[in-house]
Amino acid sequence: MSNGILVFAEHRAGAFNKTSFEAIAAAQQLGTSLQQPVTAVVLFTDDSLAREVAAYNVAKVISAENPSLAEYTPDAYTDAMEQVVRATDPQYVIMPHTYLVRDYAPKLSARFGKGVISDCIRANASGDRVTFSRRIFLGKIDADVVSDGEPPVFATFQSGAYRAEQAEKGSGAQIESMPVEVGEVRMQPEPAFQEVKQAVDLTKTDVIVAIGRGIKSQENIALAQGLADALGGDLAASRPICDAGWLPIDRQIGSSGQTVAPKLYVALGISGAIQHLVGMKNAGTIVAVNKDPEAPIFDIADYGIVGDLFEVVPVLTEEIKRLKG
Amino acid sequence: MKIIVLMKQVGNKDAILRINRDETWIEEGDLSFEVNESDGYALEEALRLREKHGGEVVVCSMGPQRVKSVIKDALARGADRAIHIAGDDLAHVGPFASATILAEAIHGEQPDLVLTGLQSDDYGFAQTGVILAELLKFPHATIVIEVDASGERLRVKRELESGWYQWYSMPTPALLTIQSGISQIRYATLKGIMAAKKKEIREVTPSAEALSGAAQHQRVTKIYFPLKTKQTQFLGNGDAKAGAAQLAEKLRTEARVI
Repeated sequence: MSNGILVFAEHRAGAFNKTSFEAIAAAQQLGTSLQQPVTAVVLFTDDSLAREVAAYNVAKVISAENPSLAEYTPDAYTDAMEQVVRATDPQYVIMPHTYLVRDYAPKLSARFGKGVISDCIRANASGDRVTFSRRIFLGKIDADVVSDGEPPVFATFQSGAYRAEQAEKGSGAQIESMPVEVGEVRMQPEPAFQEVKQAVDLTKTDVIVAIGRGIKSQENIALAQGLADALGGDLAASRPICDAGWLPIDRQIGSSGQTVAPKLYVALGISGAIQHLVGMKNAGTIVAVNKDPEAPIFDIADYGIVGDLFEVVPVLTEEIKRLKG
Repeated sequence: MKIIVLMKQVGNKDAILRINRDETWIEEGDLSFEVNESDGYALEEALRLREKHGGEVVVCSMGPQRVKSVIKDALARGADRAIHIAGDDLAHVGPFASATILAEAIHGEQPDLVLTGLQSDDYGFAQTGVILAELLKFPHATIVIEVDASGERLRVKRELESGWYQWYSMPTPALLTIQSGISQIRYATLKGIMAAKKKEIREVTPSAEALSGAAQHQRVTKIYFPLKTKQTQFLGNGDAKAGAAQLAEKLRTEARVI
């Protein structure tokens, strides 16, 4: 009978993705609630990486071995993980909701005739029933989800849903090497790279004024620039603004852009999709101006104004100039 | 090159959402609908690939009759023909059942490429494309921002996290999920709108077998507005200008950031 929780720890270029430890924390909490053991799985690691995971409070670490796993491809990872899941027969497979996991986990779950309960922010166990909560409508609404099917249940957790520091250390779990077979790998990766060095380093700035779709047109950016100037800060943007070419890509904040933690972050006309929030939620003081009172940006804002940014910004700019003058 | 583009119709992004009485979905009655953002970019990429390499672009969308507006818009932008998988509750069947239904509908088409957006703006499962690739036994790549189909193998640039990128190559047929912003989306011209009226929209319905796994693996029990994690001070009370003045004061005296 299926039992236990399998947690996938992701690594690239010799280091774990921090969200892997968040996933371990999620798996541990679920394991405690359900009184089931947690097994961690790593694919093709050296000893030191496997030991890093074994330092956490887990029953065992499985290190799946095959030369084809040296570089990530969805074909090889899916083949390997399918064998690990079948061999361990868990009730739950927990993974971080990273770009890598998004690329292969649905392929894996499809081999078990199901999808992934993806991008979860919470999991609550009541008896042996687990309710997963996930954000829908770009973060505006939460949905509670249960699985009525046969195990295993595949679930991914959003970055920041659990804190890596919450993951409990243990006394050194046993590491089990598991040779796995990998079939034909159709995708051939080339080396990963970064685009030309970013001209603007927003991680060093104390004040950021960021604009989103609510700015409506490129001409209106001057208004936000005026506020940034008054505050002595830099201008940044959410993805749609950079996609439209209104600001260069090095001004983009979020999962595919820069991650910042300035003293003051002013979000103008940004609804606050999770891809943006992960890039700025650790800012000291967060101000949000948005005409939608339900915009998710208000969930993390210290100060909010529900209203038209075109009314707010000119007054705010003048007031700040006056206070500073 | 035959390209199938999967496009989903979702509620307007700027709509103020209300939760239905059962607390299982939003009130759709007062909602306007639009094409899922990244699916629009998938169509644009397909049209550009056809312009470069020739071939055919077939749009496929599933849902009630209202999704015809997404299909007609895609045909007006330049898609050659369309498949409409008709059914009232198809938006709620879950990603595996969606992929099964899509696989069934496009199976006979034998495409070289299937393109879709990286995730939907409503359920946000971010997996229907990948599951479909597995069901069709196609290689796939997700979060694609550039496609080079000029060589023997398909070459795609994938976005990784934190400003990293990676090129992958693979044989065709293949499935790609496209990131928003990959290019500038064209508008439909008047000529395109007129031409679209003559284009084929083939309507199909899913088999009972394809529908059988619907929602079982992730059943929504309740939806609700997120609990606030931070105590937000709302300023101005509807008066934006007053709010701005209060904010400036608070930024100086409370937050001490100016």
